Amino acid sequence: MNYVFHFADIWDAREELLDGTLLTLRLSALSMVLSLFFAVIGAFLRTSGPRPVRTAVAVYVEIIRNTPFLVQIFLIYFGLPTIGLRLDANTGALIALVLNGSAYTIEIVRAGIESISRGQTEAARALGLRGLQIFRLVVLPQALRVVVPPLGSQFILLMLNSSVCSVISADELTAMAQDVQARTFRPFEAFITVTVIYLVLSLLFSGAFAAIERLAFGRKVPAR
Amino acid sequence: MRALNIGDFEFLLLALRWTIALAALAAVGGGLVGLVIALLRTAPSRAARWAAIGYIRLFQGTPLLLQLFLVFFGGDMLGVPLGAWTSAALGFSLNAGAFLGEIWRGAIQAVPEGQVEAARALGLHYLPRMFRVVLPQALRVAIPPTVGFLVNLIKSTSLAAIIGFVELTRAGQMLNNATFRPFIIFGTVAAIYFFLCWPLTIASGRLERRLGAAYVR
Repeated sequence: MNYVFHFADIWDAREELLDGTLLTLRLSALSMVLSLFFAVIGAFLRTSGPRPVRTAVAVYVEIIRNTPFLVQIFLIYFGLPTIGLRLDANTGALIALVLNGSAYTIEIVRAGIESISRGQTEAARALGLRGLQIFRLVVLPQALRVVVPPLGSQFILLMLNSSVCSVISADELTAMAQDVQARTFRPFEAFITVTVIYLVLSLLFSGAFAAIERLAFGRKVPAR
Repeated sequence: MRALNIGDFEFLLLALRWTIALAALAAVGGGLVGLVIALLRTAPSRAARWAAIGYIRLFQGTPLLLQLFLVFFGGDMLGVPLGAWTSAALGFSLNAGAFLGEIWRGAIQAVPEGQVEAARALGLHYLPRMFRVVLPQALRVAIPPTVGFLVNLIKSTSLAAIIGFVELTRAGQMLNNATFRPFIIFGTVAAIYFFLCWPLTIASGRLERRLGAAYVR
């Protein structure tokens, strides 16, 4: 192998890569928060809504989980403008990530809800609480505690998945790497640098989630 | 821009072959890598276990898209241009190996310790112990999550479109560039993926419930 690495060009583009990293983090954090919000509603409807609503949520989850994220992005980013909804790339990426992330998060939250014993609901009813109150005050807080570890993994998956948004040139980290390699003709150096950034981010977050879990709930999390 | 015609849908269905071929190739390649990773991950030697953990962390902690780029451009860098087919097959196999390795590690560890001890007491060395005693029993536990993983694998082959490999998603993109009917084209593409993946999702769930029932007694 007589290839000479040129990382100097990549170093010169550090500000661009930093911006990309920040956008990846913002995009992932925002999509995770929105996904969790929709997932709580979705999981409630999926477990205690009327039958047609329950089926509708189940169908949504199955469709999203059995089709590729890339095709979902194309449908949203190229499809929505044809019905008059113009989107910039970052908004398209956000919508795609939230639609995709919500389906997976609904399943996580639902598993959490179903792990709460029926006795809790019965006791709440005996105390005179009503449907939504039972969910909000009794079931949900306990369920969320159970789902903290899988939500942490889901966040990391979502962050790694956000790299696919580079195809519609949202200015996140992978798209920045594409820009840098197109300008410098150093694809390997650009992509390996960005890969290392993703690896460091995912290791940092999985460490941070394990620490939060230990501090907040005082239990040990098995390594991912 | 031109209108869509019947031939365009045939074009999509024909492109499905390459999605299936790539997924099958990656499943076999990933299966081989995964077996090695699972064995290393459960090996008696600490160094072997750490190597396997490092491999799994690396591939599960970075985006698959970048792994594909690195294989694709890494070949160029080493002076052996791999082309879209080889890079995709290699990239997906290395990635699938990490996930299958982790799934199968769990299955191997689900085999009761007594089985290993009994095999050792009968004088079986490492390889016959693993291949004739542990792995056949681990297989039962491993099948449902492995089938579930195939769904992920099929979906992820769509990323090969980005490195220029013409499979279902890339075919949809090409068609959309020519006709600009994104809803109908990508809707059809999504539907094809769905009918490929959904039976596997259902099968995986059923197998899991059946396995669960077998363990409850």
